[in-house]
Amino acid sequence: MFVIRYRKIFFIFSGILLVLSVGTMFIYGFNTSIDFNGGTLTEVKFAERPGQAEIEQNITSLNLGGFSVRPSGVSNYAIRTRELTADERRILSEALGNPVVERQNTIGPIAGTELRSKAIKAVTVVILMILLFITFAFRKVSEPVSSWKYGLATILALAHDVILPTGIFVVLGYFWGVEIDLLFVTGLLAILGYSVHDTIVVFDRVRENLRVNKETNTREDFEVTVGKSITQTIGRSINTSLTIFITLLALYLVGSTATKDFALLLIVGIIAGTYSSIFLASPLLVTFYKMQRK
Amino acid sequence: MRKYLIWSIALLLFFLLLGTFLVWSEREGTRFPFSFGLDLVGGTELVYRADTSRIEDVDSAMATLKEVIERRINIFGVSEPLVQTESAGLISGNRDERLIVGLPGITDIDQAVELIGQTPVLEFRLARPDAEEILKTNPNASPDELFITTGLSGRYLSRARVEFNPTTGAAVIGLEFNKDGGELFAQVTREHKGEILAILLDGAILSTPVIVDEISNGKAQITGSFTPEEAKNLVRNLNYGALPVPITLATSQTMGATLGEIALNSGVRAGLVGLVVLSLFLIFWYRLPGLVSVVALSFYIILSLVIFKLIPVTLSAAGLAGFILSIGMAVDANVLIFERMKEELKKNKSISEALHEGFSRAWLSIRDSNISSIITAIVLFWLGTSAVKGFALTLGIGVIVSMFTAITVSRTFLFVIVPTTETRVKRFLFSNGFHPVKRDYIK
Repeated sequence: MFVIRYRKIFFIFSGILLVLSVGTMFIYGFNTSIDFNGGTLTEVKFAERPGQAEIEQNITSLNLGGFSVRPSGVSNYAIRTRELTADERRILSEALGNPVVERQNTIGPIAGTELRSKAIKAVTVVILMILLFITFAFRKVSEPVSSWKYGLATILALAHDVILPTGIFVVLGYFWGVEIDLLFVTGLLAILGYSVHDTIVVFDRVRENLRVNKETNTREDFEVTVGKSITQTIGRSINTSLTIFITLLALYLVGSTATKDFALLLIVGIIAGTYSSIFLASPLLVTFYKMQRK
Repeated sequence: MRKYLIWSIALLLFFLLLGTFLVWSEREGTRFPFSFGLDLVGGTELVYRADTSRIEDVDSAMATLKEVIERRINIFGVSEPLVQTESAGLISGNRDERLIVGLPGITDIDQAVELIGQTPVLEFRLARPDAEEILKTNPNASPDELFITTGLSGRYLSRARVEFNPTTGAAVIGLEFNKDGGELFAQVTREHKGEILAILLDGAILSTPVIVDEISNGKAQITGSFTPEEAKNLVRNLNYGALPVPITLATSQTMGATLGEIALNSGVRAGLVGLVVLSLFLIFWYRLPGLVSVVALSFYIILSLVIFKLIPVTLSAAGLAGFILSIGMAVDANVLIFERMKEELKKNKSISEALHEGFSRAWLSIRDSNISSIITAIVLFWLGTSAVKGFALTLGIGVIVSMFTAITVSRTFLFVIVPTTETRVKRFLFSNGFHPVKRDYIK
């Protein structure tokens, strides 16, 4: 199986992407939304939308501190500022020429900080639970690779599936103002859940093939077994992802603007997840096997 | 075969019934409407943080808080307001109590905040034994530093009214406690004779009377320098309900009705487009079993929607996205089963055998992968602000419901239509993908 034979190439490819992703995080930083920072987000609708520069100039004159303006839809602007009081909200609206306020969210600084720590906790808990679950589900398969290594390979693939989309969103955030908000974290967690899905399908087949080999007393290299398992499951890995890809694409193309970024994140995540379960998680099993033989 | 036929008919009837219910429950004035989040119908959501640090029985205080706010909002005639309390921080230990107020149709935050903000917090607190010394060293000591809580608060109030002091003619406020409050008040006054029992409103000291004797009739009086007008307002607010705990506004969200409607419409459209393309893919790639999986998928959608109505699950933009995502995931089990079938067919097994093998062998991977999704949904639910909770709930319900429809429903139907004799056409109909049908299928 070429995936196993050339696994180093795939490892290097993924490695480069990961380094780039982490690099962007350090260079550009996260463009976190008011969900985590606290602040006020105001979406206003204009009958005739003025230029972004004009809007920015008007807000600058109010001395509200740092802010950002992002066009939304065809007639709206989303304006992010620090937490505004009732009076400040009125002044802002006046400075913009009293457009229709379509949406206004205010999040206190404490609520933001709290959510941030909660989000980190949630991601950690999900990863740990999945590690435990995989170790449990594969507990009967300890030969030739012990069951917790299946868990470890899954987690490494998961890390890949989460870091890659995050890196892409950091770039999107830096250049196009896409924000890392609560929905983003939700999306990451959904990717985690889904990506395991795919990996389990391949591992389940490895588990089955090992059992069949044992029952029929067939001696087969672990490498060959894993390769065979990938070949046997690659079709369904792609098709199960494709069904989700179809619905996500619909959500991205015709869905509401509120969930556009979310759909994009999931699309990237599903692609990364499918790739990693075939080209990363399974070959890693072989690498672990070789390492313990040395 | 006969068994499966009976089951198929039963399933068909069952889902016909559910479908009828769905349509029926959409009529005007229904008892089972879809419950849409404020981001889809427009309105304001206010999240308050409740300071429960001085309260012992947090749960009952929060229940009272909810009642009080509900009563207050109802006075102002908001249609279908939603007041919820939420306790977060299960793992971190320090509980964080929140009050979530959803006001559909109200898009003026200031008006909404004011509506709730006028609710007073009334507390009775005892002075610390060393209160005077504290006051000497620090004349600006806060009420928190000077007084300790008694547990007696506005939640025990049954009614308040304006009275006038017969000798001075000044306005005073007469309070009447309910039964529990009366007992607590009697106990406090009995055990702390001679001490100061301060009355605080919204954290500020209103008056600091000295307890002369036990008061067992459940009545108290607040004397202060009220004008009759102030006394009247205070009494009105107290009667609407005094807050058992102080609350502060943590987050507020307002969504215009048009933006919400656009979000809802485009969400539904995305779901339909996704469904149609997905169905076409399934039928073209998996042929007859694919068609059955489309039927199972429509059952999945009907059953999920009915559950959304019955629980009821509040559908937000994120929840809707979760549901659309789950439509794509619901057919996963079918894809796994059909792919397995294909393998078995390639081994020259009969269609019926391949079908049985497909279902039984794919089960393990379906089970394991779905458990991981359920784990994720549970953690998401725990992370939950309301938007995320909606997503987690639709995702979690989706995974569980789809395990039923994709496995039980599609198996029942497939076993009915599975042929007992093999022909090339039949074999083609049960195969999938681009693999050619082998000629030597008859053993």
